[in-house]
Amino acid sequence: MADTGRQTLPLSFTVNGTHYEIEVEPHELLLDVIRKRLGLTGAKRSCDVQVCGACTLLLDGRPVSSCTLPAFEARDKDVLTIEGMAQDGKLHPIQEAFIEYGGFQCGFCTPGMILTAKTLLDENPNPTEEDVIEYMNGNICRCTGYKKIVESIMGVGKPNAEAS
Amino acid sequence: MLRPFRLEEPESVKEASEALARYGDSAKVYAGGTELLLAMKEGLVHFECLVNVKKIPGLDEVRRDNGSLRIGALSTHRELERSETLADALPVLVEMEHNVANLRVREVGTLGGNLTFAEPHADPGTLLLALDATVVAQKAGGEREIPMNEFFVDAYEAAIEEDEVLTEIVVPVPGANAAVRYRKFGYLERPSAGVALHVMADDARRSVRDVRVAVGCVGPKSMRVEEAEAVLRGKSLDEAANAMAEAGDIAGRAADAISDLHGSAEYKEHIVKVLLTRAFNDIRAELAG
Ligand SMILES: Cc1cc2nc3c(=O)[nH]c(=O)nc-3n(C[C@H](O)[C@H](O)[C@H](O)COP(=O)(O)OP(=O)(O)OC[C@H]3O[C@@H](n4cnc5c(N)ncnc54)[C@H](O)[C@@H]3O)c2cc1C
Ligand code: FES
Ligand code: FES
Repeated sequence: MADTGRQTLPLSFTVNGTHYEIEVEPHELLLDVIRKRLGLTGAKRSCDVQVCGACTLLLDGRPVSSCTLPAFEARDKDVLTIEGMAQDGKLHPIQEAFIEYGGFQCGFCTPGMILTAKTLLDENPNPTEEDVIEYMNGNICRCTGYKKIVESIMGVGKPNAEAS
Repeated sequence: MLRPFRLEEPESVKEASEALARYGDSAKVYAGGTELLLAMKEGLVHFECLVNVKKIPGLDEVRRDNGSLRIGALSTHRELERSETLADALPVLVEMEHNVANLRVREVGTLGGNLTFAEPHADPGTLLLALDATVVAQKAGGEREIPMNEFFVDAYEAAIEEDEVLTEIVVPVPGANAAVRYRKFGYLERPSAGVALHVMADDARRSVRDVRVAVGCVGPKSMRVEEAEAVLRGKSLDEAANAMAEAGDIAGRAADAISDLHGSAEYKEHIVKVLLTRAFNDIRAELAG
C-alpha cells in the first residue's frame, strides 16, 4: 500500500522486447500506461468502449482493447505495440504492404489494423479475402472504405502490380 | 475514467466467496471485465473492490463427461470458438461463439461473465436454453446447479447470489437424431434478435419427438417458449414445416419484445418468426442429409 492508502501492484512485463518493472494502481488502464508512462503513442484512444480497435495491442500475441483492460493484466506478459513491429530499422512486411497498397489515409486506425492483421496472419498465413474481412470486422476505419486495407493484408509479401 | 478500486486475487472459490461476503454489495466478481469495466468507466456503477477470479485454477477448462460437456465459466469466447472438444461434440456452440462481439472482446470476455451480466442483447443464453444446459454456482458453503431456464431473472439480473461464483456450464450433448441451430440478426454492435431451435427427431427422422424453442435479445431476457414447442411437438417434419408460421408468431409474442434502438416491437416479432423458420429449414435439411 502506498502512502495515499491506495493499493499498488507490481507490474513486471515486456514491451516491444524491453523489460519493465513498474507499479500500477488496479484501475490504471493498459492504454494509459503505454501511452503516458512509457511514451508509446501508437495505440490511440478513440471509442473507449472496445468497438473501434484503435487502441489494439497484442498481449502475448493476442489482440486486446487496451482502452478497457487494466494494466495489471499485462503482468508477466509480452506486449507488442506498433512501435515494436519494425526490426533493426526495417519495417515489418505488413507495414510495407500497407504503404505499397495504400492501406491508410489519416493513419489513426492503422496501428490497430496492422497489429490485428499480424495475429490473423500468424494464425492463418494464407487467408482468403473473406477470411480477412471477417477477422478484421472489429477494427473501424473512417477513411479508406476498407478495400485498400483488405488489399494490403492480402498483398503482404507481394509487390503491387498496379503501383507506378 | 475509471475510479480507483481495490483488487482481491483469491486462489480458490472459497476465498473468493469469503471476500465477496466480506465486502457485501461494495464488491463484484471481475472476470474479463469487458462489461463490468465499461459500466464502471461510464460511472453507471462503482465497486470498492473487484475480486479477480482468474487466478483460481481449473475454471477455464472444457471437458467431456459422459453425455455432457462441462465448460469452465472462465473460458473466453475465443477459447470456446477454438476448442476441439466443442467442435467435435457441439459445433452449434462453436458457431455461436465465433459470432459473438468482435475479436478483442472474444479474447478477453468469458462465457460466465456473459451469462451473469444478463445483458439482454447477448447470444449464449438463448442457445444454452435450447440445449437444456445448467450452470453450477459455488460459494464458501457449497455448490448448487441452476437450470438455464431459471437463471435469467430480468434484464441485467441473473439468479446468482452476491457471494457466489459461477464455475461451470453443463451442456448435455444432443442425441444422434437431434439438430440444433442458433440464428441471429442485427446491424448494431450487439445482436437485435436471436433464436435457438433444437429438434429431437424420432429414429426414422420423420417426426419431431421433442423440441426446444428459445428467443433472446428482443425483450428483457432470453427465454424458452414452451407454447411454441407445443405446436411442433409430435408433428411429422412436413406438418411442423407448415406450423412454423404459427410457432413463430407465438415465439415472437411470448418474447416480450420492446421497441428500442434495435427496432420496434412489431418488427422484432417478425424477425423472430423469420429466424425460427430459417433455423427449422436448416435443421430439416440436416436431418434429411
Ligand atoms: C463491443 C462489445 C460487443 C459485444 N457483442 C456481443 C455479442 O454480439 N453477443 C454477445 O452475446 N455478447 C456480446 N458482448 C458481451 C460480451 O460477450 C461480454 O462482454 C463478455 O462475455 C463478458 O464477460 P467478462 O468475463 O468480460 O465479464 P465481466 O465484465 O468480468 O463480468 C460481467 C458481470 O458478470 C459477473 N461475473 C463474471 N464472471 C462471473 C463468475 N464466474 N461468477 C459470478 N459472477 C461473474 C461480474 O461480477 C459482472 O457483474 C459484447 C460486448 C462488447 C463490449
Ligand atoms: S478505443 Fe479501445 S476499442 Fe476503441
Ligand atoms: S486511415 Fe483514417 S481511420 Fe483508417
